[in-house]
Amino acid sequence: MTLTVDDLRVHYRTLRGDVRALDGVSFTVADGEILGLVGESGCGKTTLGKSLIRMDGRMRHIGGTVTLDGDDVPVGDDRAMNAFRFHRISLVPQYSMSALNPTRRIGRMVRELLASRGVSVDTGELHRRLALVGLGPEVLERYPIELSGGMKQRTVMVISTLLDPSLLVADEVTSALDVSNQKAVAHALVGLRDRGLVTSMVFITHDLALTSHIADTVMVMYAGRLAEKAPAGVLTTAPRHPYTRRLLAALPEAGVRRSQGRLSGIEGSPPSLLSPPAGCRFRDRCPLADDRCAEQPPVVEVAPRHHVACWKA
Amino acid sequence: MLTLDRVTKTFRTGTFSGSTTTAVDRVSFSVDRGEVVTLLGESGSGKSTLGRMILGLTSVSGGSLTLNGEPVRPGKEYYRRVQGVFQDPFSCFNPVFKADRIFALVKDAYHPRVSAADWRARVEGAVRDVRLDPAQVLGKYPHQLSGGQLQRLLIARALLLDGLEILVADEITSMLDASTRIDVLNLLGDLRERGLGVLYITHDLSLGTYLAESTVVLRNGRIAERGATGKVFGNPLHPYTRHLLAAVPRLGVDWVDAEPVESCLFHGAGADGDLYEAEPDHFVACARLPECEGR
Ligand SMILES: Nc1ncnc2c1ncn2[C@@H]1O[C@H](COP(=O)(O)OP(=O)(O)OP(=O)(O)O)[C@@H](O)[C@H]1O
Ligand SMILES: Nc1ncnc2c1ncn2[C@@H]1O[C@H](COP(=O)(O)OP(=O)(O)OP(=O)(O)O)[C@@H](O)[C@H]1O
Ligand code: SF4
Ligand SMILES: [Mg+2]
Ligand SMILES: [Mg+2]
Repeated sequence: MTLTVDDLRVHYRTLRGDVRALDGVSFTVADGEILGLVGESGCGKTTLGKSLIRMDGRMRHIGGTVTLDGDDVPVGDDRAMNAFRFHRISLVPQYSMSALNPTRRIGRMVRELLASRGVSVDTGELHRRLALVGLGPEVLERYPIELSGGMKQRTVMVISTLLDPSLLVADEVTSALDVSNQKAVAHALVGLRDRGLVTSMVFITHDLALTSHIADTVMVMYAGRLAEKAPAGVLTTAPRHPYTRRLLAALPEAGVRRSQGRLSGIEGSPPSLLSPPAGCRFRDRCPLADDRCAEQPPVVEVAPRHHVACWKA
Repeated sequence: MLTLDRVTKTFRTGTFSGSTTTAVDRVSFSVDRGEVVTLLGESGSGKSTLGRMILGLTSVSGGSLTLNGEPVRPGKEYYRRVQGVFQDPFSCFNPVFKADRIFALVKDAYHPRVSAADWRARVEGAVRDVRLDPAQVLGKYPHQLSGGQLQRLLIARALLLDGLEILVADEITSMLDASTRIDVLNLLGDLRERGLGVLYITHDLSLGTYLAESTVVLRNGRIAERGATGKVFGNPLHPYTRHLLAAVPRLGVDWVDAEPVESCLFHGAGADGDLYEAEPDHFVACARLPECEGR
């Protein structure tokens, strides 16, 4: 399986104009690859994930193409996308906690969902997959309100992967979990890939340290565009984009205390996506910015599989 | 000061079977003004349930909750002093209304006499405090905002109450990138200096220590270990605390398999919610209490 996204542009229509949440993003995900996607809150990660499976009514496909194994994925056409959903591309949404139907017990919901797709899944397999993420079969008897945030998140993850999609987009699936469950979920995802059940994955997270452990490649987005993409080890040890460097520098050592020194985030905030300034979008916050950065930097492959959009990289 | 004394919560599970789940079991600790207490624990260990009890969103099955010595009575007066920000930001917004309606509700309930212009300025100030651009987020519907943006709007709402004493913050930074997270935590730190007490519920061990004076580690509804943050993290005694610390993903370090909780270090401690005092301001429970009790 290969996913190719080429110059994808997706905007949100609002009364004040278009929000350019994805403004020309290109990348590929190879067969068996896990792509980690990170970036500041609001930079367009969820928009990218949703674009690959279901655009909501306010999203507009402005341009660019997506292909999966050579087939055009009709991202702008909700009806035509049905052929791809769940079987070929599946999404674990960011708000999985509120995605569960509150009036159904989990088990009944799973049965209904599978029936609506015209497939059946062996109960033993369902139990086994729940166990992989540390859940007992009794969650099937529970209503969503009776589960904790992290339990709901893990439940949705199991449901979304039941049909073994070729491409799984997992949006913040570990964000509400404690470290041991994060690990269980991360390993379960890698396990699905290793056993060939899910072919490739886009793993969206805000946690760079965690991604670096499970992703083969990490892609950093900034304000609707790609900033840098590289093999996980390279990105975390030899980043070239100033934003990636600052983001890595903001990662704390476990156990730091504010009394020992105040940590600081990256000064300033990302530009508005309603009318983003021309040129490099990181310009206002970039210590290296100069006149040239008033022009948009192209994405350049600076080393094999290492892509950077920065004039100074 | 908010004090919990052997607070317990039992849920009825299974409509017909009449079986119960004890989500929180005889938990005691306190949160003072000007203090941050971090509450850590495994998924399902009872952290949110504890927060919901403090906020009067679910009843208390046993033990007592007091604010400055008075039993907690949820109501307008109480909510002026104690507020919460929840784990699941999306469920806190009514999708039919614009997201900033949450601010208007605060004005109507608590600051009805503030002029519209002054209120607008205060809202914008609070929104900037959480590192959001008012022009980008105000006037939008919840579905038009990202997860981290919604989470920060809820924090901003809590900041609009004068006289807020205690903030229950349930996983409020879980959807924020490292840089934004630090900004939000620094904001909480500044508020603490102005006298706010915070119960900071988190699974983020790398930053759980950043602000907190004291730390409470919850496991299966019970306190496994609690005390001064430096002691709990510097000299973790309970095998579960060690397990948690070992499992934190770090850059460039192998993600190790933490050893399971098995050794019994403090036999019997915790049986009635009392913990063993290992050193001043550092308490720990028996690691195998449930089995020991079962015998
Ligand atoms: N329906 C919408 N209408 C208008 N703007 C929107 C809409 N949905 C999202 N946006 C805006 O698009 C941008 C990208 O949002 P997105 O949800 O993709 O961010 P994200 O990277 O997933 O952030 P987070 O890490 O906080 O989840 C944000 O600035 C957001 O405010
Ligand atoms: N309304 C309810 N009815 C029955 N059981 C419940 C209810 N709410 C919570 N529980 C159970 O209580 C336990 C503690 O849940 P809680 O939400 O407090 O956990 P948590 O520590 O916040 O976990 P997480 O980190 O995953 O959010 C869980 O086993 C959960 O299934
Ligand atoms: S292109 Fe210029 S402004 Fe943008 S990141 Fe590179 S140096 Fe900084
Ligand atoms: Mg998102
Ligand atoms: Mg919770």
